[in-house]
This record gives sequence, C-alpha cells and structure tokens, in this order.
Amino acid sequence: MKNLSATSKAYLVFVFVVLYAPILYLIFYSFNSGGTMNSFESFTLEHYKAVFEDSRLIVILLNTVIVALLSGLIATIIGTLGAIGIISVKNKKMRNTLLSLNNVLIVSPDVVIGASFLILFTMIGIKLGFASVLVSHVAFSVPIVVLMVLPKLLEMNTSLIDAARDLGATKRDVLVRVILPYISPGIFAGFFMAMTYSLDDFAVTFFVTGNGFSTLSVEIYSMARAGISLTVNAISGLVFFITVLVVVGYYFINSRSKSTGTEGHR
Amino acid sequence: MQSKNSKGALIPYVLWIALFVIAPIALVVYYSMLDLNGNFTLANYQKFFSPVYLKMTLSSFWYAFLITLFTLIFAYPTAYLLTKTKHKRLWLMLIIIPSWINLLLKTYAFIGIFGLYGPINAVIEVLGFDPTQILFTDFSFVFVSVYIFIPFMIIPIFNSLDKLNPTLVYAARDLGASSFITFRRVIFPLTVDGVKAGIQVTFIPALSLFMITRLIAGNQVITLGTAIEQQFLVSQNWGMGSTIAVFLIFFMVITMIFTGQKSKGGRV
Repeated sequence: MKNLSATSKAYLVFVFVVLYAPILYLIFYSFNSGGTMNSFESFTLEHYKAVFEDSRLIVILLNTVIVALLSGLIATIIGTLGAIGIISVKNKKMRNTLLSLNNVLIVSPDVVIGASFLILFTMIGIKLGFASVLVSHVAFSVPIVVLMVLPKLLEMNTSLIDAARDLGATKRDVLVRVILPYISPGIFAGFFMAMTYSLDDFAVTFFVTGNGFSTLSVEIYSMARAGISLTVNAISGLVFFITVLVVVGYYFINSRSKSTGTEGHR
Repeated sequence: MQSKNSKGALIPYVLWIALFVIAPIALVVYYSMLDLNGNFTLANYQKFFSPVYLKMTLSSFWYAFLITLFTLIFAYPTAYLLTKTKHKRLWLMLIIIPSWINLLLKTYAFIGIFGLYGPINAVIEVLGFDPTQILFTDFSFVFVSVYIFIPFMIIPIFNSLDKLNPTLVYAARDLGASSFITFRRVIFPLTVDGVKAGIQVTFIPALSLFMITRLIAGNQVITLGTAIEQQFLVSQNWGMGSTIAVFLIFFMVITMIFTGQKSKGGRV
C-alpha cells in the first residue's frame, strides 16, 4: 500500500472539510436558540419542534414523499417495459435512435425541461398542481430507469429464454419467471434513482407547480428567498440524517449482495 | 420470434418519448416564433441578436467556463488522490454524500456563511480588515456553483483513473519520464474521457443555473437559465423565453459534440 504524502493528505482533508462544512454549519445552527446563523446562544430543539408542529410543512413533506414514491413506481414500470422493448428492436439504427431520444431528458438543462413541460401542460389542459408535478417527475425519471435496467438485460444470456421456451413456458411465464427476476437488481436501482431524482428536483417542479401545491425543494426556495429561518436549518438536519442512513444502508446492502454474488473473491 | 412478442412493451415507452421528449422540444421551437399576442414572428430571434442578449449570453458562457475550470482544477487532484487511498470506494462514497443533500439547502447555507455577520467575515475582522459584502458578488456565485458541481466532476474522473492500468505509469517512470511528463503524456490522455464527461455534467448545468443566481448572486449575474425563468414566470413572455431555450438547447448540442465519447463499438 502506497502511503500518501503529507501534502496529499492535507489536500484531501481540505476538500472533505470544504464539502462538509456548509452542511455541518447548517446543522450546528439548527440547535441555536437565537434567531440567526451568526451567534450561537444556547442549545435548543425548538426549531425541530417547529418543523413537526407546522402542519403546512408536514403536508408539503407528505406531498414530496408521495410524488417521489408514485412517480418512481410509474417510471419504473414504463422504463422497464421500455428497456425490454429496446432490447427486442433488432434494427440497429432504430435502436440507436431510441437510445438517443432516451438520453435527451437526462442531458437537457432543468430549466428547459421545466419551461417546455409548462407549455405542454398548458396546451393539453392539465391543471398545474399535483398532477402536473407527478407527470413531469415520471417523465424525467423514465430514462434513468431505462439506463439502469438496460445493462442487466444486455448481460442476460438469451439461452435462458430459449430454455424456458423449450420447457413450455408461455410469453408471460418467460417475462415474469425468467426475465424480471434476472433484471430485478436493475429495476430496484432504477426505482431508487428515480425516487432520489424526484426528491431532489427543484427546477422542473418550480415551473410546473401552480399555486397551492408545493414540494419541499420549492418550499425551501421560497423560505430561503425570504431570508434566514432556522426552521430550514432544522429541515436540513433531518434531511442530512436520513440521507446518511439511506447511503449507509445502500452501501451495506450493495457490498453484501456483491460478496454473496462472488463468493470466490472473499 | 421473440422480438415480435416484446414489441408490445414498447408502446407505453414510445408514447412517453412522443409526449415528453419530442412534443416539448417541438412546442418550444413553435413558441419561440410567437410574439406576446400569439402572432407568428421572427422578432424574438432578432431580439436575441441584439447587444443586450448577446452580452448576457457571453457573460453566461464566461461564468460557465470559470465554474467548469475551477471545478476541474479542484476535482482532478481529489479524484487522483482518492484512487490512491485505502478503501477508495468508501472515500468516494463520502464525497458523494454531500451531493445528495438538497441543492437548495446547501445554497442556503452559504447565505449564512457569506453574510455580513457570517464566519468568513468574522475571520476577516479578526485579521484586522473591514467586513465586506461577499454575498451578491460574482465571487460568491462562482464559489457556490463550484462547490455544488465538484462531486459530479469527481465521479467520472475517479472512474476513468480507477480503470487506468498502473503498469503504464510505472513504464513511463522507468523510461525516465518526470512525474509531470508522465501526467501530461500518459495519465491525462488516458483519462480524458472522464474529464470530458465531467465537463459535460458541469458546463451545461452551469449555463442554465437560476436558483443560485437568485439566492447568492442577488440578480447581479444573469445566466441563460435565469433569463428563461424570468421570461416564463415573471414577464410571462413565453415566446422570448422559448427563443432563449432554443439557443440553450443549441449550445447544449454543441457541448455534447465537443465532449462526446467515441462510440464503444456498437455493443448496445
């Protein structure tokens, strides 16, 4: 094992400090009984209490979670079917066209997606609010699911399908008993990513959310524009805590499934 | 045989493409040729080529360039050193965690940090200088953007460095190349794909940022993204907003072409 030089270590420490400082700074002041992020008066949990007592904020939080779960679920279904469909297209040109179109929403700037969806919803008469937010989250999550599922389908051995057919499996059986179980890690990863994108999105939601419906990002934006409020700090404390839990959980599940998958390497 | 059966799976997906990929782009192009009263016109394009908008586009590019450059300068060595650590996957994970915290929360943190009574100004005062307004300046805008983009630049560079065969580096050193030459002639060219991918995920979003400009730059900086948001949600001039969006898409395509990777031999 090569050891890093002192300067290298110092540089890495510097990067880590810079990356985490703002987040820890927010969390530190979420316990401040004073109203600002400048001088720490004394320890308090009142801002956390305020988050849980603010029924409007709870509704917004629920909205955010419901949109994430629902859009993740719908996008996973459309995306998985899409990936299976793309694989079945044997014409190379056609397949590449589908794949390029798939990537358009991934590389497009959020502002353009938001603005163009706003035009679309207004034209076809979808009322801005829950429906428009849900539909647009589904829309930008589908390509992510496709990209997560596709590699699994590509590495799948087609003789598995042939074998199932030979043994008398119907089309449905092949899909439900052979293909879906095989690609399920990709499907779960896709669902997970779609949910993360949905929870995180601000720009697109900001464009297509009307009055009256709001998600956490949009709410934080309007709170931040109004100035410093330690309630936002408390929210970030909670968000950070949940994020770390999820990441650690994901890391362990990942390394466990990897180690059971490749027993020879352990 | 099998292809016929699973074609049915394509139907919802193709509908999705038609409705949410093709239709929105077509609508943006269509709206870019409408004036405020819904009449067909090319005036929006004419307006885009007026000095006001050209200046804005140029400054948007300049900021995006600066943001990308600084992000790269900080991200490359970080990615390089990360590949040299023990438990590099774990360390990479730790770099990624901050990128999962909502963008707005991180941006909001800087309102406090850069504020007139914030910790940075406290340090400045201790050093014997007068506190200055850091918030609402170009510096704060570029700094916060670089902060936001660093993890996204590190990931692709880390991946390409991780794939680099170390024996090539040893060979270069054995043949007498200095560490600088080794980097310039061996390491960098072999990881340039990661750098390109990093530039792609930084430059295009940097052109279209709008919430950071609003919260941190206090409308001092206007990017193409801010202008689109302004036209759509404040001025309600969807025509002009769409015209700017058309140009943003155009610049995006150009960026993609310049940073595009060679196709991997039609594996898909």
